[in-house]
Amino acid sequence: MTKKHVDAIVVGAGWAGSILAKELTEAGLSVVMLERGSERATAVEGAYPESIDELRGAIRKRLFQNLSQTTVTVRNTIDQTALPYRQLAAFLPGEGVGGAGLHWSGVHFRVSPEDLRLRSSVVERYGDKFIPEGMNLQDYGVTYSELEPFFDKAEKVFGTSGEAYKVNGKIVGNGNIFDGDRSDNFPLPAMKDTFTASTFRAAATEAGYHPYSLPAANASRQYTNPYGCQMGPCNFCGYCSGYDCYLYSKASPNVNVLPALRQDPGFTLISDAHVLRVDLDDTRSKATGVTYLETKTQKEVSLSADLVILSAFQFHNVHLMLLSGIGKPYDPVSNTGTIGRNFVYQTITSSRIWLPPSKYTNQFIGAGGVGVAIDDFNSMNFDHGPLGFVGGSPVWVNQAGLKPIAAAIGTGGGGTPRWGSAYKGALIDTYKHSIGVDAHGSNMAYRDVYLDLDPTWKDAYGQPLLRMTFTWKDNDIRMNQYVVSKIEPIAKAMGATKANLVHLNAGQPFDTRHYQTTHLGGGAIMGTDPQTSALNRYLQSWDVSNVFVIGSNAFPQGMGYNPTGMVAALAYWAAYHIRTTYLKSPGPLVQA
Amino acid sequence: MPPKEPTLTRPLRRSFVKGLLGSTSFWMVSGHSHWADALAQEAQKPYQPTFFTPDEYRFLEAATERLFPQDQHGSGARALGVAEFIDRQMESPYGHGDNWYMSAPFVQGPANLGYQLPFVPRDLYRKGIAGLEAYTHQQHGKVFADLPLSAQEQILTALEGGSVPLGDIPGRVFFEQLRTNTMEGAFSDPLYGGNKGLGGWLMLGFPGARADFMDWVNQDGEAYPFGPISISGETA
Repeated sequence: MTKKHVDAIVVGAGWAGSILAKELTEAGLSVVMLERGSERATAVEGAYPESIDELRGAIRKRLFQNLSQTTVTVRNTIDQTALPYRQLAAFLPGEGVGGAGLHWSGVHFRVSPEDLRLRSSVVERYGDKFIPEGMNLQDYGVTYSELEPFFDKAEKVFGTSGEAYKVNGKIVGNGNIFDGDRSDNFPLPAMKDTFTASTFRAAATEAGYHPYSLPAANASRQYTNPYGCQMGPCNFCGYCSGYDCYLYSKASPNVNVLPALRQDPGFTLISDAHVLRVDLDDTRSKATGVTYLETKTQKEVSLSADLVILSAFQFHNVHLMLLSGIGKPYDPVSNTGTIGRNFVYQTITSSRIWLPPSKYTNQFIGAGGVGVAIDDFNSMNFDHGPLGFVGGSPVWVNQAGLKPIAAAIGTGGGGTPRWGSAYKGALIDTYKHSIGVDAHGSNMAYRDVYLDLDPTWKDAYGQPLLRMTFTWKDNDIRMNQYVVSKIEPIAKAMGATKANLVHLNAGQPFDTRHYQTTHLGGGAIMGTDPQTSALNRYLQSWDVSNVFVIGSNAFPQGMGYNPTGMVAALAYWAAYHIRTTYLKSPGPLVQA
Repeated sequence: MPPKEPTLTRPLRRSFVKGLLGSTSFWMVSGHSHWADALAQEAQKPYQPTFFTPDEYRFLEAATERLFPQDQHGSGARALGVAEFIDRQMESPYGHGDNWYMSAPFVQGPANLGYQLPFVPRDLYRKGIAGLEAYTHQQHGKVFADLPLSAQEQILTALEGGSVPLGDIPGRVFFEQLRTNTMEGAFSDPLYGGNKGLGGWLMLGFPGARADFMDWVNQDGEAYPFGPISISGETA
């Protein structure tokens, strides 16, 4: 049954959805936002001290997707049977109002300018033969200078703390020398270095690298954003990642956008509404609205709209496109179709460095976005010629607040005991005196790594699960090994008593049992060619022009940086072009 | 060495107490000594397991103590109430696998594609303990808890290494379940029945629910000076 008609439907109440809903209501549209999870308010979920509970938070995964309702299946290669991802482990999508933007850490990067034109950049420097067989290396179709105003806007909305290197071509501070130029400084000064971060900063400098403060959407001071939303100063409590910040210091849709949006009479948020599909007309080139299930009443509701924004989590966007018949599903054998193509992840390993027993690293003190990083081995910042791989990794100390259960479960292994008295001794030493160092790297796209619908397993609503075909490839394993080897001189300069440098091994398959990162990407990518991208450069579906798909699904390859800043900038970029061009004359913004 | 922590008392907040007792007035007017006495009295009564049978519970106490033993580093699983924690967890949504995808078919595949059994934690413990006790009886003619510690350790080592058959459940899967829940019981807030006396946190120097480190972001490697506090306001 069709209940009513609105100007725009926004699917998913995370960062991308909240930004689009804000922009579209500002443009005078009536907007309904549908969120499959429940309503979440910091005053409730974030209330101290109940929120400061590791078991309930990060361990039992209170803010994350409930897999009992829907999940994905995973396999490494095309000839395997994919099996359901039954327990949350390798990646942790969010659920409920705020989405993954409520439980994220707060590392708020822009993008390395050359990552947006990575194929062109690699070909210009090394020739097209440098690109390995089977790698779908592509440009985004948008440049850094085009996106810069939107990165700037997102930082001001998020209340981001950081130190710039260059503003309007002028060196202004001790920021990242590899950054693109900025039109303005960060809205807040950088967060303080923890002891581990300042140790890393000094050692990285001594090793000849160029350390900088991670840009953090954790407020270093009290802040009021352009929407009038307020943040309090971060006190380094360490409960960012996996938690709802009780101090209103970590940016989230719930704190930084929704309080303003909820006051707009043109805006309606419906929670506990699981979107089943986007409804298309007979030509399959126009969306007429969406059909969703009220999960509390199990009633199906159809809602009609002129414009549909898909802004769910990366793979849910791809899943909805496949379930709705938007565009042509990707087929890796014939190498045709675009929906599910260029599914990517990130190549991340965590190493550990031990300081002498006189030094206490107090790892429980921290914030999700703070730390010190080097970009000397990220993106195109170093010579790949003799190395023969594409991509790179920032390397950083990002002390987000290591809590005891996570530390205890993670200690041991690799030949050291995982239980008993020797294990306890190692756990205490590691907790008190060690430093975690991550290589947080890129992941390239490949012809046989993709998303499609699973032939066997279904979700609680009777729809086929999304199937992931993914494994680590030689290019990315060698990149990871190279970058991790660069941590050694840093460890030495720190005065390490011991270091455990962790890298991927040749042939190692992707393992779903251990947390790696929630930074999944691609599957419905942006680009300049409808044969090789699902979306045009404004994140508009090539096939159904009144559907825009906003999220890290648009990334043609996984970058070394955390994705949220890029997602927010793309959201503002798409919204700007919807407002200034599309709404005046609805239709394709780029002719296919 | 870190400086000896001062004994801190802090006002109990309404919200602290609500989660614990459902009644606020008693604690609001009580001083710290009443609080501590009440906790001590509570601690003297042996815990009566709800989910586990007495025999299963004996196994659980013995096995978790081997995984996390009392030693020179501090409290072991028995003193920390790890078995009690696990018993309470079995009655929680987690014990029933509430956020696990449990739709059939259940097809076994390579280990790196993750858990594929039709069992939730309650099933894993029931079947795992039965299987391990059957193995122990066959090898030693005794139940696990009555074996010498070295024999218990040998069995757990074999279980971890995957060489103990447990019927429906791969031994490694049961070992990982037991190890994970043991560490959770040693280090979670005492609200859940483990980490008694905040012994787990004391060992690691973790200050619990303090959650405010503005003055200790960077003290050049000095240990954080204050001891732990729990969500309910208990200090060590």
